[in-house]
Amino acid sequence: MKSDWLHFAAPQAFFPIAGKLIPWFSVLAGVFALAGLYVAFFVAPTDHQQGESYRIIFIHVPAAWMSMFLYVVMAGWAGLGFVLNTRLSGMMASALAPTGAMFTFLALWSGALWGKPTWGAWWVWDARLTSELILLFLYLGFIALKAAIADPLRADRAGAILALLGVVNVPIIYFSVQWWNTLHQGASVSLARAPSMAATMLTGMLLMAFAAWMYSIAVSLARVRTIILERERDAAWVQLQRMAA
Amino acid sequence: MSWGSLDDFLAMGGYGLYVWGSYAMALFCISLEVLFLRMTTRK
Repeated sequence: MKSDWLHFAAPQAFFPIAGKLIPWFSVLAGVFALAGLYVAFFVAPTDHQQGESYRIIFIHVPAAWMSMFLYVVMAGWAGLGFVLNTRLSGMMASALAPTGAMFTFLALWSGALWGKPTWGAWWVWDARLTSELILLFLYLGFIALKAAIADPLRADRAGAILALLGVVNVPIIYFSVQWWNTLHQGASVSLARAPSMAATMLTGMLLMAFAAWMYSIAVSLARVRTIILERERDAAWVQLQRMAA
Repeated sequence: MSWGSLDDFLAMGGYGLYVWGSYAMALFCISLEVLFLRMTTRK
């Protein structure tokens, strides 16, 4: 029996499913964000060392996590498309890149606004900061490379090579605080030991991370739908879709 | 965490610029992304 899951790898089959999922993930993102912001500003206590400036953490850490996570997922889709030649994979990779770049920018921006009052500098050429900046360039390079190649299938393959080469940067970002003597602090949350922060701070951070995650799914699904319509515009089912809309 | 007044809340213990600067940029980027997507979908 031919397995069914490949059926959804066809853009035509995936398009309506993505459309149905978007409202659910949008609502989840909103609920998690409201709960997260409430904990961040009205439950979590003042930090005894950093005062109120630490509240940037509720933006900074979820943004930084998503920036790395989305890159790995993007490279995964790109790699899958490279190996299996499935059309949808390359579209998924393209759909994730702008959101990944946005979270990378937000991690850097909020980091600069946190660095100034804490370290006295907006920016330092520290291993963590530098490798995160490289991540931003990798995202932008991926987007630019795909945009520069007219044939979408060739663009997918070229993009996949760049995305897969760039994936080595992700563990470098993650472990940079251990490998090098950085100004940036070590991991706040680790599976190997008890969290080094108040439980309410951790709760707020996790809620915001879930919000960012759900948001990313909703936005990527919406974007992959526009990419599907764009790339399959000559297909009969898209023409029918156009007429129905 | 209870704030004495709205002014206290906005001041963020003197770190208002840094804290709100981070949240404002996040809100701005997210709004922009959603807006752009809406515009492309409508076309």
